[in-house]
Amino acid sequence: MRNVHVMDLLLMLVILTNLRLLASSRLGACIWWTAGQGFVLGWLTIAAAWPHPAVETWGLGVLAAGLKGIVFPWLLFRTLRLVDVRREVEPYVGFNVSLGMGLAMLFAAFALARRLPLPAGLESTLWMPAAFFSLFAGLFLIVARKTAVMQVIGYLVMENGIFAFGAAGVRHEPLLLELGILLDLFVAVFVMGIAVFHIARDFDHINVDRLTSLRE
Amino acid sequence: MTMWLQKCPGILLALLLAPAVSGVINKVKALFAGRRGPPVLQLYFDLFKLLAKGAVYSRTTSWLFRAGPVVSVAALISVLLIIPFGGPSLLSFPGDLAVGFYLLAIARFFTVLAAMDTGSSFEGMGASREVQFSALAEPALFLGFAVLIRMTGQFSFSEIFGSMTASTWATQAPALILVAVVLMVVLLAENARIPVDDPNTHLELTMIHEVMVLDHGGPDFALILYASSLKLWVFASWFAGLVVPRGVGSPAASLAATLGGVLLAAVLVGVIESIMARLRLLRVPQLLLGAAALAAVALLLVMK
Repeated sequence: MRNVHVMDLLLMLVILTNLRLLASSRLGACIWWTAGQGFVLGWLTIAAAWPHPAVETWGLGVLAAGLKGIVFPWLLFRTLRLVDVRREVEPYVGFNVSLGMGLAMLFAAFALARRLPLPAGLESTLWMPAAFFSLFAGLFLIVARKTAVMQVIGYLVMENGIFAFGAAGVRHEPLLLELGILLDLFVAVFVMGIAVFHIARDFDHINVDRLTSLRE
Repeated sequence: MTMWLQKCPGILLALLLAPAVSGVINKVKALFAGRRGPPVLQLYFDLFKLLAKGAVYSRTTSWLFRAGPVVSVAALISVLLIIPFGGPSLLSFPGDLAVGFYLLAIARFFTVLAAMDTGSSFEGMGASREVQFSALAEPALFLGFAVLIRMTGQFSFSEIFGSMTASTWATQAPALILVAVVLMVVLLAENARIPVDDPNTHLELTMIHEVMVLDHGGPDFALILYASSLKLWVFASWFAGLVVPRGVGSPAASLAATLGGVLLAAVLVGVIESIMARLRLLRVPQLLLGAAALAAVALLLVMK
């Protein structure tokens, strides 16, 4: 099996997890699928440089996989346990419609990727569509779901898309930048977990559509 | 003459072996549950038993009720004429895909009419579910085959599966895996298997296919059972044609390989039925829409 096929399969997994997230109704399942996506992206970084990945690439890939695949889900499940709310996603936009929107976004991602010049040395043609699709799907999850934990998940999916862009060009980009972004992400998820906990304690729910009643 | 003889084994195998597929599925399920299970040939025994019986017809039914099973079997045999099995099919022309799908639809339509003809609200309910779910399964099937058409540039079953070689798998693996999954989901939905319908259940709340044929008895019921096993064979041989690429081996070897593919499909169905629960009726459309979405993704992959 050639390297490009491995990357194609991994990128397919990224695309399919996005679709699964759009159609999923359970918070726990969403956290697991996001974790899986992050894990795949970590290995993708290494696979992209496969014959001879540099030590830095190994470090970045393992760190990303560990952070996105293990630490974030742990933080999110901890938040979920603390706030003790209903484990449903509570959509503004129904799941079947979300899936349809997802297909439209995927189509747009392919159309957009076709217009962009590919960075040199990029073997798989799925990189750009998968990255764009994660970006769109993450944004959509943020606006189309009510439960506050889903906003965190949407943010993570969006960041996965940006990370995929970075992973595509990891040989051309400074490692420090990628590591800095990962650190920011860690802090953001940590802080958002605490924020969700406080929202739940003060309002007994974490539905963002009811936060308009927030007063002095 | 030899041309025709070469094309015959596929359909003969189908007519002979189709009832054994559900036997294999039941054996796999029994293995999972730690039982001995019914013999693989159980459906043949059932068919012979039913054929020896007489039929009882309600006075409220018309000729439609009697036509249902006969038309189903006839339509399914016509489908088998155009489906290749390890070699070219008996008949083949560009566009026979659509003919095949609509022959399946005719079989379903007459089963539904026969169910409605009894005047039982219970059977009407089953008919309504059958039609609703198959309307959702059809786009998935069409999109799935659209991917294969786009990939091979052919428009008939024989040529599509004929040009499905190992090198197609080497270059287009992601899209082909997606199509295989779509075909599996449609197989489960169309043949009333577990995530969609439970073939063992006789509870009114859950049945789809079984509820439509409650009033048929004797030879009529035998025809219905035979038609549904042929339908399972049709879908299983599509799955086999996809996952067992046509090699360069002799016709006999390729026939055996495709039989292996059908066996694989049966084992997969058995495993899925053993490890999954039936979905809530309201979730079934979501499953089928999901399958259609996967097919659409595969189509995007081959069109990019």
